[in-house]
Amino acid sequence: MDVVLLSRIQFALNAGFHFIFPPLTLGISLVILVLETIYLKNGSEQHRILSSYVVKILALIFSLGVATGIVLEFAFGMNWSAYSRMVGDIFGAPLAAEGVFAFFLESVFLGVLIFGRNKVSKKAYWFSALMVFFASHLSSLWILIANSWMQTPAGYEIVEGRAVLVNFLEAAVNHSTLERFLHTIVAAWISGSLFLAGISSWYLIKKRDQNYARILLSLTLSIFVVTAVVQFGTGHAHSVQVAKTQPAKMAAFEALWQGQENAPMSLIGIPDKKNKTTHFELSVPSLLSFLIYFDAGKKVQGLDEVPDDEEPPILLTYLSYHAMIGLGSFFALMALIGFILLVTKKIGNATWYQWILLITIPLPLIANEVGWMAAEIGRQPWAVYQVLKTVDAASRSVPAGQILFSLIAFSLIYLLLFVVFIRLLVKIVKDGPEKIAQTREAGY
Amino acid sequence: METLEILQIVWFVLIGVLLVGYSLLDGFDLGIGTLLPVLARNEEDTSRLFNSIGPVWDGNEVWLLTGGGALFAAFPHVYATVFSGFYLALVLVLFALIFRAVSLEFWSLDTSNRKIWKATFFIGSLLPSLLFGVALGNVITGIPLNGQMEFTGSFFTLLRPLPLATGLLGMCAIALQGTTYATVKTEGDLQARARELSVKIWMGYLILLFLAFAMTAIFNNEFIKNAGAWIFSLVTYGSLIAVRTAIRKGEDKKAFIASSVSFMGLWGIVGSLQYPALVRALDPALNLTIRNASSSQLTLTVMLVIALVGMPLVLLYTAWVYRVFKGKIQ
Repeated sequence: MDVVLLSRIQFALNAGFHFIFPPLTLGISLVILVLETIYLKNGSEQHRILSSYVVKILALIFSLGVATGIVLEFAFGMNWSAYSRMVGDIFGAPLAAEGVFAFFLESVFLGVLIFGRNKVSKKAYWFSALMVFFASHLSSLWILIANSWMQTPAGYEIVEGRAVLVNFLEAAVNHSTLERFLHTIVAAWISGSLFLAGISSWYLIKKRDQNYARILLSLTLSIFVVTAVVQFGTGHAHSVQVAKTQPAKMAAFEALWQGQENAPMSLIGIPDKKNKTTHFELSVPSLLSFLIYFDAGKKVQGLDEVPDDEEPPILLTYLSYHAMIGLGSFFALMALIGFILLVTKKIGNATWYQWILLITIPLPLIANEVGWMAAEIGRQPWAVYQVLKTVDAASRSVPAGQILFSLIAFSLIYLLLFVVFIRLLVKIVKDGPEKIAQTREAGY
Repeated sequence: METLEILQIVWFVLIGVLLVGYSLLDGFDLGIGTLLPVLARNEEDTSRLFNSIGPVWDGNEVWLLTGGGALFAAFPHVYATVFSGFYLALVLVLFALIFRAVSLEFWSLDTSNRKIWKATFFIGSLLPSLLFGVALGNVITGIPLNGQMEFTGSFFTLLRPLPLATGLLGMCAIALQGTTYATVKTEGDLQARARELSVKIWMGYLILLFLAFAMTAIFNNEFIKNAGAWIFSLVTYGSLIAVRTAIRKGEDKKAFIASSVSFMGLWGIVGSLQYPALVRALDPALNLTIRNASSSQLTLTVMLVIALVGMPLVLLYTAWVYRVFKGKIQ
């Protein structure tokens, strides 16, 4: 097998497995911050115990985020050394800044959250929760700056075949940074809040620890209700930006074979690249043009205007993008029902809805994965959009056999870690808030 | 001197500072992991040792991530050459670091499989402790590179005598960080065991240092003439004597500090020998140096600002958290 394909599969595996955890970290750190703020304000014991409990869940998730994140820090040099040489002048800085500004802050203060409840003052503990929240979000900002530069490079010039930085601010706050950041952060809050809402629901269904579960459910469901709706706005802004800055990607998202005015928005279908048509398609006329330009008559660029050797894979891009939108719409529907149950105060007895919350825990994580796939596969064949092709980015000194070996080994290790993770998560939940909250306040 | 040249030198030093930070801080938790089977006789010992590093090990490892990121940003060719060239070795390091990162958490929660997670923490610490030194020994000895800065050797190129010696030397330095730290944080039998172990490792450290010293002097004729290498060698030897004295007098904190200084001395020797090269090639004309491997002036400047703003804060709250968790583990 060829080095580029193997490297791509391995990077997809590494990044894809890693991307299960950080969004949960972000969302959960928000919940902890709210719980700690309430505890600081009115000294509620229940909020303190809940927070300590959620911190232990975060600790488990964070350890997997760290374990899988180290791999990515190494991966660019190991598998993508040609890429690293060509764009290191720009791409390395956000990675280093992420370490300096965010990773240190996050790990040091998470140590305080996990082990330091009895060692620091109430205010210092609250401040630690704030720092973990702040640092995890700052970390995602830096990494998304790096990713955004690959999507919409700016602030550089090509000198002797290498990208050289000419304006740091333009490179960092490039044409997709803000939209991508907002969209990803809100996705993370949806993931974290639904995750904890699902867990709270389990206690209510099982009729145990109900006092804790009610508090946690109403808090997390409120976050979910707001974020699931807000996500339509950030998603829209992000799509408009893609249409304007990466038109080939938008054309692939929608399988828009011909550029046209009154471009339709495709709802479902199966794109067929060979015959340049989408089978079983259901679409809304003019909607795509309208959503992008607020003017149905405006023209949207189609795949016919993209040179053949710059065309992204259509089928995967289309399906992952539409899976994301489908899931997002489902979340909005859930949020609407959740909102009604919250304001009518019926949420505590709505067992059917609690079941839905419980079984939909994985869905935001899947939405994150497919959204990320749409963004990355839609950028192909480019590693850095219109600057460096993926085929030219891979390492030249690494034999395919070694990558195959590492790929198989990573797969097995991740499978093992995931199984253990789920088992331990279930154990934490079964042990319940009161028991788990006490663990580790005196150490392991 | 031109601004770019100054910045390149500054970043040569700063990468060194990050590696020193990693060695001293993650050094002690890597060292405790590497010696876990000898140090911990029962579950209570393991628990105490894990508690001594639990709140801080993760922050310590960030020094490695930041060092990697800074190397990528400041000297992208070095990052690209070494990480792709040492692919298999780094894959092993990654497997180790992955398991290491989850071991404490899994050990704490998965009470029926504690032996497994203790073992993964041990192996996950042992492998990097050894392999980082082997990798470093290779970039000092010189590796086969072509005109495009690409590594042309194989996995077995890495296993030459001098790199193996520096690998073991690095492991000793890390282990001594571990035992001297454990002595500070524990009491009773466990502490006594850590102290005894410090003495044994100290012997190994001294012998390997001599060996690596002699081998470097034979292979590298610049060594004799390199004033910096001599000065830092004196620092390392001097602080190793201080380690021994401190252990004898039972001055545990001093032993840990002296061990840390000896580690800095080792990095000083490496830096003096390498400068201005970061990676030596078998053909010296193909060396990756601070000049041909560096980023642009603007990137180095931006990075310097990031470091000057960020690192003092990091040192500040890191010092605070060590104060919060100071004292013996109960």
